[in-house]
Amino acid sequence: MKLGPIPAPRTPTQPDLRVEKRIPLIREEPNRFADRGFEFLMLACGLSLLVIVGLTIYELVDKSHLSLQQFGWRFFTGSNWDPVAGDFGALPFIYGTVVSSLVALVIAVPLAVGTAVFTTEMCPKPLRGPISFLTELLAAIPSVVYGLWAIFVLAPLLRNYVEPFLAKYFGWTGLFSGPPFGIGMLAAGVILAVMIVPIISSITREVLVAVPQTQREAALALGATRWEMIRIAVLRNARAGILGAIILGLGRALGETMTVTMVIGNRPEIAKSLFAPGYTMASVIANEFTEATGDLYLSALVHIALGLFLVTIIVNALAQLLIWTVTRGAPSRANA
Amino acid sequence: MPKRSIRYWWRELADRAATALAVLAVVLVLLPLGAVFTYLVMKGIGSLNWAFLTQTPKPVGESGGGMANAIVGSGIILAIASAIGVPLGIGSGIYLAEYGRGRFGDVLRFTADVLNGVPSIVVGIVVYGLVVVTQKHFSAFAGGIALGIMMIPTISRATEEVLLMVPNNIREAALGLGISRWRSTLSITLRTAYSGVITGVMLAFARVAGETAPLLFTAFGNQFWSLKPNQPTAALPLQIFVYAISPFDEWHRLAWAGALVLIALIMIAVTAVRVVAARGMLKGTA
Repeated sequence: MKLGPIPAPRTPTQPDLRVEKRIPLIREEPNRFADRGFEFLMLACGLSLLVIVGLTIYELVDKSHLSLQQFGWRFFTGSNWDPVAGDFGALPFIYGTVVSSLVALVIAVPLAVGTAVFTTEMCPKPLRGPISFLTELLAAIPSVVYGLWAIFVLAPLLRNYVEPFLAKYFGWTGLFSGPPFGIGMLAAGVILAVMIVPIISSITREVLVAVPQTQREAALALGATRWEMIRIAVLRNARAGILGAIILGLGRALGETMTVTMVIGNRPEIAKSLFAPGYTMASVIANEFTEATGDLYLSALVHIALGLFLVTIIVNALAQLLIWTVTRGAPSRANA
Repeated sequence: MPKRSIRYWWRELADRAATALAVLAVVLVLLPLGAVFTYLVMKGIGSLNWAFLTQTPKPVGESGGGMANAIVGSGIILAIASAIGVPLGIGSGIYLAEYGRGRFGDVLRFTADVLNGVPSIVVGIVVYGLVVVTQKHFSAFAGGIALGIMMIPTISRATEEVLLMVPNNIREAALGLGISRWRSTLSITLRTAYSGVITGVMLAFARVAGETAPLLFTAFGNQFWSLKPNQPTAALPLQIFVYAISPFDEWHRLAWAGALVLIALIMIAVTAVRVVAARGMLKGTA
């Protein structure tokens, strides 16, 4: 450290007491009133979040009470969806939602975590920004545009190349059998994967950054290679947060509507093969809500929405708790 | 020199393999991005012409026609959404950052995060029940409310995050000068974090601008001009959806053009606001 010339000791100047007395240091009442009003106004804005949740629950329960009364829990286990006969069971939609989301997770998780690890741990500094930006850009593409692309580009690709290949080599699993339509569960899963990669990778990145640098240094000092350092010091410390990110991605996949509606085939069937068309909770609402005739039909659709809402609330709450366990308490980049 | 044992060789190989796999992951993630944009431009630009931007949709069988009403309709719906979502979102962000230290603040924070993940179709149903059923008709107004609701949690969390980045000395300096708390929050803290807040708002805007699901039962769509916010209104994403799932080639071409216009408009809006916001303001911390 360089030392400049030593400054001469300053003689403390005496404060001019006469002047100080004349300046009021604290402004009085009117401001306090305005402050209170401001805080109250901002609180009201914050409360709007709670109001929205309250209204949502009220509205969903209120509008689905016909179906709630008639079917109750049986609604979610019945596999018959027959609007003409007035018999409603949501199992095929639940099955379609779960399976398409799981397919999406199987594809998206390795890619998203790999991308996050690459950008935080391996990538040369100048590339870091652009890669994050481009991944984030994937999230900015509207779902209807993904759907359009999936119908006209992805589905033919799956039909002509990927599905015949899967049927030939993995047909014995039973997951890839039947005629390759292109449109179906697999197409929905693949396009959902593309859509949830950005959220999983951006949160994983956040979690990885929150792992203290000392952990990495300790692992490297013990002679670990870079990959061993990542495995031992980074991924192990961040696993709760990564799990949170994955669950958050699952939440997105469960609720995604338009893209899935455009490529899943919209048939309320439970088929083992991923080539077969399916139907999801969100897409049945999108397709049939405006055309629903009869109160029970409408009420059954809102019943599905209620189920979807509760599941996504639980999934998201779980994800947030997991993410908070990692990123809270760790020095955030803001304060560092 | 340490002797290179098999084990060492193996560890190095694992390291290389992990790096290669990570690079592969990045490539596979960016591939669809490239593919989507390439197809959008390739297929969209051919159908994009002056008529597309100035005319309303033609009936099936007639070629030509455009989406002018849908573009304007989207504009109206998004304006209503922003009028609702932006003030409420920024307000609750300010509350969380400046007053929400305690348990209640955590409850709100948690609610916002969870609300962010609620499927947009559910928001559509709720607004249908609250607004459309009460008014007895679909309207741009209902669509705007649905999208506005979706903007609030995103904006509020983003605003909170950037407000917390403003150093505390700035707040203390303002309060030390005798400026009241509300004034210092609005003209000093918020002003310092301005560009960050704008970024958050634009992210929320871009996200809802492409939303289709909540508009299905609120704005509903319209084949004709509808400039009154009290009528069923066309929106660009809705129109793309209808055309994409139709069996007509002509409509598919229009859907591609619509998608290209939608993405272009979102990007223009986002950049325009950022350019305007960046001009004539202090470079803050954000």
